[in-house]
Amino acid sequence: MSEQAAVPVPGDFKSDVKPVWCPGCGDFGVLNAMAKAMARLALRPEQVAVVSGIGCSSRIPAYTSCYGFHGVHGRALPTGTGLKLARPDLTVIVTGGDGDGYSIGGNHFLHACRRNVDLTYIVMDNRVYGMTKGQPSPTTETHWTSKLAPHGTGLNEFHPMAIALAAGANFIARGFTGDPNGLADILVQAITTPGFSFVEVLSPCVTFRPEQKDWKKTVRAGNLASTADPVLAAREIFADDGMNLGVLYAGERPPYQPPVGAAQRPPADLEAQFAL
Amino acid sequence: MSNRHPTVPRSTEEFMAQACALEAEAAARYAELAELMTTHNNRDVAALFAKLARIEGLHRDKILAKMGWTVAPDPDAFRWTTPEGPETTDPGELHYLMTPWHALKLAEHNEERAADFFEALSRADVPAEVRAEAAETAAEEREHVRLIRQWLERVPEPGADWGEDADPPVAAD
Repeated sequence: MSEQAAVPVPGDFKSDVKPVWCPGCGDFGVLNAMAKAMARLALRPEQVAVVSGIGCSSRIPAYTSCYGFHGVHGRALPTGTGLKLARPDLTVIVTGGDGDGYSIGGNHFLHACRRNVDLTYIVMDNRVYGMTKGQPSPTTETHWTSKLAPHGTGLNEFHPMAIALAAGANFIARGFTGDPNGLADILVQAITTPGFSFVEVLSPCVTFRPEQKDWKKTVRAGNLASTADPVLAAREIFADDGMNLGVLYAGERPPYQPPVGAAQRPPADLEAQFAL
Repeated sequence: MSNRHPTVPRSTEEFMAQACALEAEAAARYAELAELMTTHNNRDVAALFAKLARIEGLHRDKILAKMGWTVAPDPDAFRWTTPEGPETTDPGELHYLMTPWHALKLAEHNEERAADFFEALSRADVPAEVRAEAAETAAEEREHVRLIRQWLERVPEPGADWGEDADPPVAAD
């Protein structure tokens, strides 16, 4: 951070590592929105840890100046959970894509929502596995065809926001990379809301899903009416076509956090529980 | 796109801060895009974006000098009628095989949006001093549009097959 600048600016949260994402990739918008959100919250890079799994979007920790952990495929949430429990003073942001989060890490997603540890989970959803060159992902539309799925998947799409609501996430929202300022507003709310905050981000893959460039014409900003009532949120999300942006649900469930100091016990105490 | 209300300047100083932030954000984005195109070995477009970054940086510096400021205001302190500043390139419009012609078309679009923004402000319900500054800046942005169009005339428009890649990233055949 600049010595002269008492107030952080978004540039303070970007590293010198240059992104290798394809030109036109939506993930640039998430990087910009994250940097804006952290600056608006007057955080310092050393107060934030960005944890990811595997995939194009999971490269993002390296592009920030925060602490970062580029982990194992689908395991970003358990890593982030452990980090937050051990270091509750850190702001922990977990990031990844739809394949990493909903397929390989699908079970972790359910239980992270249920546990409600004070994390922010940002999923950059492009409805395709981009890094491995275009296989359908859990959120790929049933009838989307490609060389790798010439007849479509024939499977119902995963519904991340409905799953998050049913599993107990305390904050649920949807943003769009083409609106980094609006997305930054959502991320500020997600980070400051105690508990597990889930932000689904529509992030076009211009290489394998070029038709997603049209999302900028079809998204509707602020069209989700935020509520603290899960019944109303459920009605809203099942009537949603996937293009409405904003905060769907902001609950008041207290986050899970073990007693302070519990994570600082020496490893020998833990080992003793397993002694034969 | 964001549903927050755009920032409305109420004095010459507020207007200049907004105009300076607009130029600063445009310059920073062009510089980012130049680095990105360098990463993807599209050297012609990288050089062109770097040149546009320098030009926008000069516009920013002109306002800084006029106002006696040393640091440009943070662009994130302002709200716009567009998703980002009206002169800021949408990174979603890039392609790894794009040509300098495409980059200049983006620049033309950005200058047009900036001119539209300032023209709208010159007709808005704001103090007369702001309307006057906005009209003057709008005229400058229109001049930039004209200069970009002159530049475009010297750059060949690519054929319809510009995006075809003999070795495409889809390796599923």
